[in-house]
Amino acid sequence: MSESITQAFQERISEDELLNCMKCGFCLPACPTYVETQDEVHSPRGRISLMMAVRDGEIDDVHEVEESLNVCLGCRACEPACPAGVNYGEMLEEARAIFYEHKDKAIREKALRKTTLNTLFTDQDKIGKATSLLRFYQRSGLQKTARKLKVMNFFPEHMQQMERVLPEVPKRTKQHRESTFPSETTQTKATVAMFKGCLMDTLFYDTNQSTIALLNRAGCDVVVPDTQGCCGALHGHSGEKSGAVELAKQNIEAFETADVDYIITNAGGCGAFLHDYDHLLKNDPDWAERAKAFTDKIVDFSSVLMELDFPNEVPLIIDPQIITYQDSCHLRNVLCVAEAPRQLIQAIQGGGYVEMPHADQCCGSAGIYNLTQPEMSMQILDHKMKNVDTTSATTIVTTNPGCLLQMKLGIERTEQTDTMRAVHLADLLLEALSTDDLNSG
Amino acid sequence: MTWIQEIRQIVGDKHVQTKQSSLHSYAYDATPNFNAKPEAVVAPASEQEIKKIVTVCDNHQVPIVPRGSGTNLAAGTTPTQGGVVLLFHRMNQILELDENNLTITVQPGVITGDICQTVEAKGLFYPPDPSSMKISTIGGNINENSGGLRGLKYGVTKDYVLGVNAVLANGDVIRAGGKNVKDVAGYDLTSLFVGSEGTLGIITEATLKLVPLPESKQTLLASFDSIERAAETVSQVIANKLTPATLEFIDRATIQAVEDYSHVGLPTDAEAVLLIEQDGPPSICEHDIQLIQGIAVEHGAITTQIAETEERAAQLREARRSALSALAKRSPTTILEDATVPRSEIATMVKAIEAIALEYEVNIATFGHAGDGNLHPTCMTDLRDKSEWERVEAAFAAIFQKAIDLGGTITGEHGVGEMKSPYLAWKVGDEGINLMKQIKDAFDPQHIMNPGKLFHRSGGEVDE
Ligand SMILES: Cc1cc2nc3c(=O)[nH]c(=O)nc-3n(C[C@H](O)[C@H](O)[C@H](O)COP(=O)(O)OP(=O)(O)OC[C@H]3O[C@@H](n4cnc5c(N)ncnc54)[C@H](O)[C@@H]3O)c2cc1C
Ligand code: SF4
Ligand code: SF4
Repeated sequence: MSESITQAFQERISEDELLNCMKCGFCLPACPTYVETQDEVHSPRGRISLMMAVRDGEIDDVHEVEESLNVCLGCRACEPACPAGVNYGEMLEEARAIFYEHKDKAIREKALRKTTLNTLFTDQDKIGKATSLLRFYQRSGLQKTARKLKVMNFFPEHMQQMERVLPEVPKRTKQHRESTFPSETTQTKATVAMFKGCLMDTLFYDTNQSTIALLNRAGCDVVVPDTQGCCGALHGHSGEKSGAVELAKQNIEAFETADVDYIITNAGGCGAFLHDYDHLLKNDPDWAERAKAFTDKIVDFSSVLMELDFPNEVPLIIDPQIITYQDSCHLRNVLCVAEAPRQLIQAIQGGGYVEMPHADQCCGSAGIYNLTQPEMSMQILDHKMKNVDTTSATTIVTTNPGCLLQMKLGIERTEQTDTMRAVHLADLLLEALSTDDLNSG
Repeated sequence: MTWIQEIRQIVGDKHVQTKQSSLHSYAYDATPNFNAKPEAVVAPASEQEIKKIVTVCDNHQVPIVPRGSGTNLAAGTTPTQGGVVLLFHRMNQILELDENNLTITVQPGVITGDICQTVEAKGLFYPPDPSSMKISTIGGNINENSGGLRGLKYGVTKDYVLGVNAVLANGDVIRAGGKNVKDVAGYDLTSLFVGSEGTLGIITEATLKLVPLPESKQTLLASFDSIERAAETVSQVIANKLTPATLEFIDRATIQAVEDYSHVGLPTDAEAVLLIEQDGPPSICEHDIQLIQGIAVEHGAITTQIAETEERAAQLREARRSALSALAKRSPTTILEDATVPRSEIATMVKAIEAIALEYEVNIATFGHAGDGNLHPTCMTDLRDKSEWERVEAAFAAIFQKAIDLGGTITGEHGVGEMKSPYLAWKVGDEGINLMKQIKDAFDPQHIMNPGKLFHRSGGEVDE
């Protein structure tokens, strides 16, 4: 099997790209798994040299390499840090796809991915039902009973904490299916289409509604195409490339008909993956161009709000509190959006913004990483919470659902649920807008 | 019991790696073409543990390759004779900052940039700043005697090492030097360890000299439409008895590569750029920078620009620091050299490099610390292209020869390692090699300390 993996590496991972890495080490301080372990097995250049070793057939047990790639967060902080422009993320995804395709079916992790990924995330309806179940569990009192009976004690500690931080799932009936939301300004400044995202459309349904409200207030007509699905990131990042490709095509089709200026996302992870569709489909002649047209329109909602001068057009006021921001890795490293969210937070009167040390480093959530690599994930999170503490913040703002859950988990783990909260930027902005703006219209 | 088992007992299983993936991950440093796997990767926590490890290795004649962050550019940490790669990330503490004696005492695994930050917070200054300072360790800097952007005015690592502790191959622990500014008790062993590239012993602690942090800084960027004009400017600045802290030279190809990465607005249409910094009291700083600006304009600078904020200055410095890696994007293999000439010969050397590149039909970009004559001609090539590779090697041999002819040296700050070992004799002569071999024999009779480095197999080989 090692041989066929080596062959696949030779065919699919370019030697030139691997050679592009000159092993200068500039990426080391940016890489959370290297910072935690101080071990080159878990550094970007180490992983690149391991991919090269597989390609050259120099490693007998390729699973050691797979393990190193599994520990990689896929946060891509190594890319902006790399002066040689090494496209690490692309190689990682391809390598993971190769390992995935060669995988023994009985392996447990795959079973986990199969249930969470294929049955849930490919189908908006199913995820709706699954979250209905979760809601039922929460509403029925079962959650309370389960907590009382300490059923969750059978699960690893961080899974129990995870269970406690999951947001309330809105009632299914509340999840409207309207598809157009008109601008609230006298003149429409832009027409945008909203990418809902599977987690955002269910667990974080309210955040999506906040985002739409903000965009309307900023002067955007918002359309929400109905046939869109999950972005495919979770598939792509864990090696299920074919699943990701199918979803990409479905989404491109769904948004093609809407004639809009931008396609908006409010989840950094989804945004980045949508942004990479052109790469995903680059070898498919029927789709390459359509993918490019699609990706050119992808922007984060924070960038659009800044472009439309939202903070100057609309008063933003909040109760006094110290606010800090945790970057979404993919928003920062792939979509290169770092300033807009900070500027928006800083524009809110009443709130004091304090930048936390290493805000740009991954929080350890990384898709389903906190399920597959719990130990490293929790180690990273615990360091993150120490950095949060130095700011004395009571509000942690994020721009991605995974990060939001992870930060909630961090608050739970450090037993600060009474004094600290984690919120999505859109919800914070809506909160800052509500009081005054509603009166002024 | 095998030697690996003995070492496991010393440091604990967790700190000895022998998996294939680990061995591959420590097979390289920042030098192309010398990859080789060790047999074990070991991370000791103390001088005591190192002492024991060295004794085991000496008994079994196992090579020891000390490795900081593996960023050296001379194949200094590639374990080409196998053995143990010794890591220092568990010995990364700042032990003492002595504000009365202006010294800092550190373990070898401390990152250079962290030393700078720590002392600057106290109004003190540790000047040696290799471009790799955010990654490289002080142990690596000491063993390479690394230079940096501030070398012109402040000197290099050796000017700041007051004392070291080192474990020798026989297990002895040497404490050389200390906090004394004056110390002539016997041979200067501290200096001998500086730049020894891990071939004499293992540094376990170092005491470094600090100076007061300069009050202010000014940064100037000047662009030129010919390399000669830039080089002329460098010579004139020095001839005018001005000693800027930094005087960096970047040629067109390097400007382009750096700008592609950093987007700091470098003039990509210029043939050469000088990045010049002065520090000190505000009035002197301003005075010097204006004089230098005048000299640049007089020698045909197309644009000159003084950075208005420290932020902008920092951007420009960071951009310069990324030069090598940014050039690496241009080609599968990037070979950087370190030929250094007396500063008066900079213009001649730059022109010679251009001519050599033309003659051997290879692609060479040049940047470097022009103020101290330390240039980094960087060849963009492809290892897999055998015929070009031969031309590249020939071109570099010609560059070294030219540097030596001009009274210069084969390496200014990157060290000899394995890569430049064939050329060491050109610089120090056979007598020099002989003396160095005797020193090596006295410290490490069995040649277990970083074997294969410094001395070339044919020209003064000490191994075997
Ligand atoms: C992009 C880039 C830019 C660079 N810029 C500069 C520059 O401006 N100036 C400059 O001088 N260099 C520069 N370098 C070269 C390199 O960073 C320096 O040589 C640095 O000092 C190496 O530090 P390190 O911790 O990586 O050491 P390593 O590369 O790990 O080791 C260097 C040498 O020190 C030995 N060693 C390390 N620790 C110990 C110890 N505790 N005891 C005994 N021996 C030990 C090793 O065996 C080896 O011989 C650059 C490198 C890169 C990749
Ligand atoms: S910064 Fe880029 S070139 Fe340097 S080691 Fe990391 S990935 Fe390789
Ligand atoms: S993606 Fe993140 S975790 Fe993975 S190598 Fe890059 S920086 Fe490290």
